[in-house]
Amino acid sequence: MSVDQATVRRVAHLARIAVQEEELEPLKGELNAILAFVEQLADLDVANVEPMTGVIPMELPMREDVVSDGHYPEKILANAPEAEGGFFTVPKVVE
Amino acid sequence: MTALNQLTLTEAREGLAKREFTAVELTESYVSAMGEARTLNAYVVETAEKALAMAAKSDERIQSGEAGKLEGLPIGVKDMFCTEGVRTTAGSNILGEFVPPYESTVTSQLWRDGAVMLGKLNNDEFAMGSSNETSALGPVVSPWRREGDSAPLVPGGSSGGSAAAVAAYLCAGATGTDTGGSIRQPAAFTGTVGIKPTYGRCSRFGIIAYASSLDQAGPFARTVNDAAVLLRSMAGYDVKDSTSVNRAVPDYEDAVGASVKGKKIGIPREYRLEGLDPEIAGMWEEGAQWLRDAGAEVVDISLPHTKYALPAYYIVAPAEASSNLARYDGVRYGVRVPGRDVVEMYENTRAAGFGPEVRRRIMIGTYVLSAGYYDAYYVKAQKVRTLIKRDFDDVFALGVDAVLAPATPSPAFGIGEKSHADPVEMYLQDIFTVTVNLAGLPGISVPAGFSGKNLPLGLQLIGRPFEEETLFSLAQVIEDAAGRFPVEDLWWKA
Repeated sequence: MSVDQATVRRVAHLARIAVQEEELEPLKGELNAILAFVEQLADLDVANVEPMTGVIPMELPMREDVVSDGHYPEKILANAPEAEGGFFTVPKVVE
Repeated sequence: MTALNQLTLTEAREGLAKREFTAVELTESYVSAMGEARTLNAYVVETAEKALAMAAKSDERIQSGEAGKLEGLPIGVKDMFCTEGVRTTAGSNILGEFVPPYESTVTSQLWRDGAVMLGKLNNDEFAMGSSNETSALGPVVSPWRREGDSAPLVPGGSSGGSAAAVAAYLCAGATGTDTGGSIRQPAAFTGTVGIKPTYGRCSRFGIIAYASSLDQAGPFARTVNDAAVLLRSMAGYDVKDSTSVNRAVPDYEDAVGASVKGKKIGIPREYRLEGLDPEIAGMWEEGAQWLRDAGAEVVDISLPHTKYALPAYYIVAPAEASSNLARYDGVRYGVRVPGRDVVEMYENTRAAGFGPEVRRRIMIGTYVLSAGYYDAYYVKAQKVRTLIKRDFDDVFALGVDAVLAPATPSPAFGIGEKSHADPVEMYLQDIFTVTVNLAGLPGISVPAGFSGKNLPLGLQLIGRPFEEETLFSLAQVIEDAAGRFPVEDLWWKA
């Protein structure tokens, strides 16, 4: 499978990365080189193989459903590019 | 007398215990070496003041008989580990001047045991690369040069700063992370020892995530014993990482020097690639002979799905990366680039913040996870992963204790030599290492020979899950036979 310019544009939007018009063609080439490389997997019949879900067989641990951490909003917000009144701020989403 | 910074970690530990020098003196010798080596660009943050304060505390604890296992030993930290109060960038512009308000579990265990933090070490952006050239903070220059040639070489990657700093005596040991070979390949390029332990052996809490089902932390060191000492402190169960394994951490140092008599070593025929560098092939044969001489039995084995490992990796890793890196949106940390609305703000921020390799991998990951392609790519790759793990399970079931293979397909290459090539050419660097991540196994890289141009080459040993001890025993046999590969020409000081 290979991608065309329209697909590159759509994928960039899904990935929330702005791409300039002139970047589409080179990106298409790079992505297609990688897709051609992974295409080797087509030779392999995996019909009766289970997909791997965890590399080390183990059960996920359970814990009590209680608050075990938190109560330091100032630490959480310390690295925010914009914060106000104890909240992260973003451009207006709803008119 | 050897300069203090040129002692191995084990020798420095002994010197401190015998009060031959103080932790402050040892740290000062590293701080001064770091100051003379800025041209290597191994460190992206130097924390000399903090290091000297920690060393002074170590001296007090040594005096009062309360020394920890790593008391007073100066360590460098790959910039993928969050360090409380110390800028952490993952080699990316998107994190800007991010200062974590918390400490990664692995590094907190080093400090718990008395280690001294010298600073943060450069790496490929989000650990995506094999040469350290994708770092937004610039490439790292290897302390090694080809004989009769001053062209700057890469230290490998992604943990390029860690490998270069250990080889150039800029720390006694360093932390790394390995998702597809990011500890073992740079270790091989720099004549250092690097181990990627079993998946789940070290906590991933506080390590900036690249591909969560593959990422593991491990140490870089100048000797096998040094690596064993460091891994003991780094490993262990952590409630903050549900994939870390609750299993006692052995004293790996006990395994160093243990007999390997009767161990069965597999040589996988699929790793004998057509056109394999004859120097690498020769070193591989020599390594097998050293193990035989030490009493191990060397057998030919088959890992039939090996050639599918890299293609599967370049689906699984980008898919996980595209999810993990979704958090860099200009809201919670890093740099924000404004836009007309919130979506445009995300798009502009991410376009400005991610470098070309990271952008490529996020886009590949987004594509293979998108509607209609998920089964064809991601599910298929996860099935291939099952087959790769089964290959190893099968040879272990035949009684094989470890697999011996080269660590890399070539010695170190020059800065810029591969950067304009097809991205896939760089990916082939991980051809011998990536299977180990896909199968979750431990792998160690140990220096074993020189190329014709006098660059170090590394051998890799791959073990059964949680049998790092076997790897340390076998690696020590190789170190004893091959000797060590210290950098002798400190050209950067001139």
